Amino acid sequence: MKARVHVMLKDGVLDPQGEAVRHALGGLGFGGVSGVRQGKVIELDLADDATEDTVKEMCEKLLANTVIETYQIEFV
Amino acid sequence: MKAAVVVFPGSNCDRDLAVAFRNAGLDVEMVWHKDTALPAGVDIVGIPGGFSFGDYLRCGAIAANSPICNEVKAHADRGGFVFGVCNGFQVLTETGLLPGALLRNAGLKYICRTVPLQVETTDSVFTQAYEKGEQINIPIAHHDGNYIADDETLAMLKGEDRVAFTYRENPNGSVADIAGILSANRRVLGMMPHPERAAESEHGNADGQRVFAQLTETLASA
Repeated sequence: MKARVHVMLKDGVLDPQGEAVRHALGGLGFGGVSGVRQGKVIELDLADDATEDTVKEMCEKLLANTVIETYQIEFV
Repeated sequence: MKAAVVVFPGSNCDRDLAVAFRNAGLDVEMVWHKDTALPAGVDIVGIPGGFSFGDYLRCGAIAANSPICNEVKAHADRGGFVFGVCNGFQVLTETGLLPGALLRNAGLKYICRTVPLQVETTDSVFTQAYEKGEQINIPIAHHDGNYIADDETLAMLKGEDRVAFTYRENPNGSVADIAGILSANRRVLGMMPHPERAAESEHGNADGQRVFAQLTETLASA
């Protein structure tokens, strides 16, 4: 079983890397990109009996810093 | 008085911090991140600068979950002193011993230069040898020193006089120009600038020396 964890900076937390990517897109001639947010995707290979609660605990303890980040768990 | 300096894979300021502690009259023991106990009788734990675990995941995140950090947390909970510099500050925010977080510098660049700081409080073992409002010049060397905290946390830090140092010329986008903060009991200090790199005349600048100067004396009476 595989879980995919998406970690993003919270809304309102300035993302200077996303901003740099937005500028670069503009420089390449892609107009109309009004915002870019850059996050992380973490894929976990898990035992078949792993639960969402366990993955949630992993996120809270290590994978995300909930002071500045949000996370979403997806089983694939 | 005894200090322990924690060493993670990727720490690179651990020996500098040990020298600064020794010069201040402390006995220093180095402890490895896999150790499950601090040496007996440790008064202060130093979390050094560097790039623990290659800054993978988030700066300080993996270090904050290493076995020794449980002991560092227990030491702080018992009222022990902790001093985190640079990556050490990042580790302290990741452990939750200090509030807020450190993000990528606003200008996206790694910055390595000496910057002017303002001493915001003298009410701590680390800042008592300075004058309130005094300007000191201390080196910074970081890529992720952009301090962030929500409005409520900031109001608390300011209301409780827990901002230790601010930048006179904000180099990294830190909210409220914050360069270093104290815990509620004022015994844990985390700061991005490196006072241990400006702690003796041979460094060409000894402005950071007073962070360490009175540790032995004050810890003995704490």
